[in-house]
Amino acid sequence: MPPTAPAAPSTAFPLRERFLDAYRWMLLSRRLEEKITSLYHAGKIVGGVYLGKGQEAFSAALGMTLVQGTDVFAPLIRDMAGRLAFGEALLDPARTYLGSALGPMRGRDGNIHRGRPSQGMPAMISHLGAMVSVVCGMLMARRFQGRTGAVGATCVGDGATSTGAFHEAVNVAAVEKLPLVVAVANNQFAYSTPTASQYACEDLASRAEGYGIKGYSIDGTDLEACLRTFDEAIRSARDGGGPQLVVGKLLRLTGHGAHDDGSYVPDTLKHQPFGRDCLDLARLRIIDEAWASPLELEAWENEVIESVQTAVATAQKDPTPDPYGEKWQALASTWLIEGGSAQ
Amino acid sequence: MAGPGLHLAHRRRERPVSITYLEAIRAAQHKALTDDPSVFIYGQDISTFGGAFKATKNLSRDFPGRVIDSPISEDAMVGLAVGAAIEGMRPIVEMQFADFSSIALNQVINQAATMFWRTGTACPITLRLPSGGTPGSGPFHSQSMEAIYSHYPGIIVLTPATVGDAYSMLLEAIRLDDPVIFCEHKFLYYHLKEETLPTESLPIGKARIARPGKHATVVTYSAMVHEALRAASELSADGWEIEVVDLRSVKPIDTDTILGSVARTGRLLCVGEAFPWGGVTAEIISRVTSEGFHLLDAAPVRLNSKDTPIPYHPNLWSAHRPTARVIGEALRKMLKF
Repeated sequence: MPPTAPAAPSTAFPLRERFLDAYRWMLLSRRLEEKITSLYHAGKIVGGVYLGKGQEAFSAALGMTLVQGTDVFAPLIRDMAGRLAFGEALLDPARTYLGSALGPMRGRDGNIHRGRPSQGMPAMISHLGAMVSVVCGMLMARRFQGRTGAVGATCVGDGATSTGAFHEAVNVAAVEKLPLVVAVANNQFAYSTPTASQYACEDLASRAEGYGIKGYSIDGTDLEACLRTFDEAIRSARDGGGPQLVVGKLLRLTGHGAHDDGSYVPDTLKHQPFGRDCLDLARLRIIDEAWASPLELEAWENEVIESVQTAVATAQKDPTPDPYGEKWQALASTWLIEGGSAQ
Repeated sequence: MAGPGLHLAHRRRERPVSITYLEAIRAAQHKALTDDPSVFIYGQDISTFGGAFKATKNLSRDFPGRVIDSPISEDAMVGLAVGAAIEGMRPIVEMQFADFSSIALNQVINQAATMFWRTGTACPITLRLPSGGTPGSGPFHSQSMEAIYSHYPGIIVLTPATVGDAYSMLLEAIRLDDPVIFCEHKFLYYHLKEETLPTESLPIGKARIARPGKHATVVTYSAMVHEALRAASELSADGWEIEVVDLRSVKPIDTDTILGSVARTGRLLCVGEAFPWGGVTAEIISRVTSEGFHLLDAAPVRLNSKDTPIPYHPNLWSAHRPTARVIGEALRKMLKF
């Protein structure tokens, strides 16, 4: 090959294809969450509803760049888009939010506390930062078992970066040089607490240097930037580059949950560039670049709405958990359950 | 050293002259690592250094890459073990001291303990907790954490009192598909010796009658078994036959064996080294009064440590926890009824 042969990865990046894929996952996530929110306000949802509005580009870009079946993805509360893009069936969130006995959590846990750990998606617990070390362990297991080439990714917000669990786990990943990607959606608020009360550094990505790992700081509303950065970070982790810390600056365009109007979010933030709606930005980009026709965009919208309606309708017809049929067994070793067969 | 060395030379190599409680724990880990490639050990200073108590001495030499030093990060140590367990590994985590497992409490009670019930995915992790008091160890290197962990669903909590149980219960713990808190008592590490390791044993979940008797029952576990046995020996000089029940596991509790013993003796004393509020001794008295009230000829009594942090100085420490003398006094008082 002559030395002038083009080899820049940027030219090889299939931007249009990835962008359109991501856009459809973002759209599906947004419409599903809108549906769940209206069901919540109608009193049809058991427990709380936590939304990813404003974070879909960052989340979807991560989820779709991972490989289901090989990689690990531990999402957090605002990662509907990433979950779906990674391969979570639409019925899983529908069933979990609606309290179906047939969902992955079978009524034992709800809403965003869902997952299928044996299929590479652990079910988050509510304690922030706690999933990072679990992903480290899943990657350590792959190392022991000689299963190479896998990456583990997990999402946190700016709030979780203040926990000891987050620090311990990122440090462990750095020490063990694990192929871990930590996506920090810096959405400016942890519930109602602004970043000024959360951390004092200029940019959370600067913490990467302290851990001895690679850090990235991006505009989390810019889908292209999200796609390119996660592509690079995941590839780097997969190629032995160790942990990667990706911080996306964006704004939570909703309250903490459907119960919270987020009235404490000042208008000045909403008018910042990172306060824009990533879904609107992506649609405008698609139109600008003529990557899809208005007819195609409308068709996707209709497809998404139909699939959401179908999933929700299915989950609504499901049986609910039966307290009399419930086994009430917290141990796999059934013979050691007190009051059980051995007692 | 010549004497014991000569003695050893006359015996078969695979049968040591005696094995301590600590060596039994090491031997169990060695066997688990040998038998099952999914077992690994994670903890502070456990690799080349062999652990603060040398419970993993030479294991990293014999099993390269499977005995791994962790940073001082108890939360991440347990979280990592949970993740590895999801993927089919059987991690053993050594906490340097049981006391430090408080840092990992969230990962144990919320992550590991809820995993199977929430998701149907088993979480076979074993957490070794060097537990209990020794002279001079003070408030933060002496704690007994079994009551805290037993409170939560989804966890098995073991408190071996003998060399044989330290070996066989640890092996069984590693094979279980659930999170196990293995409370190994530091006071027994070097004090307790047996001739050989057991080839068979009671299963986890079954209590052991450590000494049969007919006048009163002492239900206890871990190092307190030996204090209770000493008290029982002393009382036997006066003709009292004290039955001592070694719980072995505190979650689950073998209520049937306890009730059977109380049915024979009519009197119950529960002894634990842990703090007095709530806990294992309260749980046993609650069960016996609820399910076996008619068996009791006297009010059940319990002895625990004093309700203060664990003191440093041996003079204070030996008065802080129940001893054979205190147990003997409590029994004599109870036997007057």
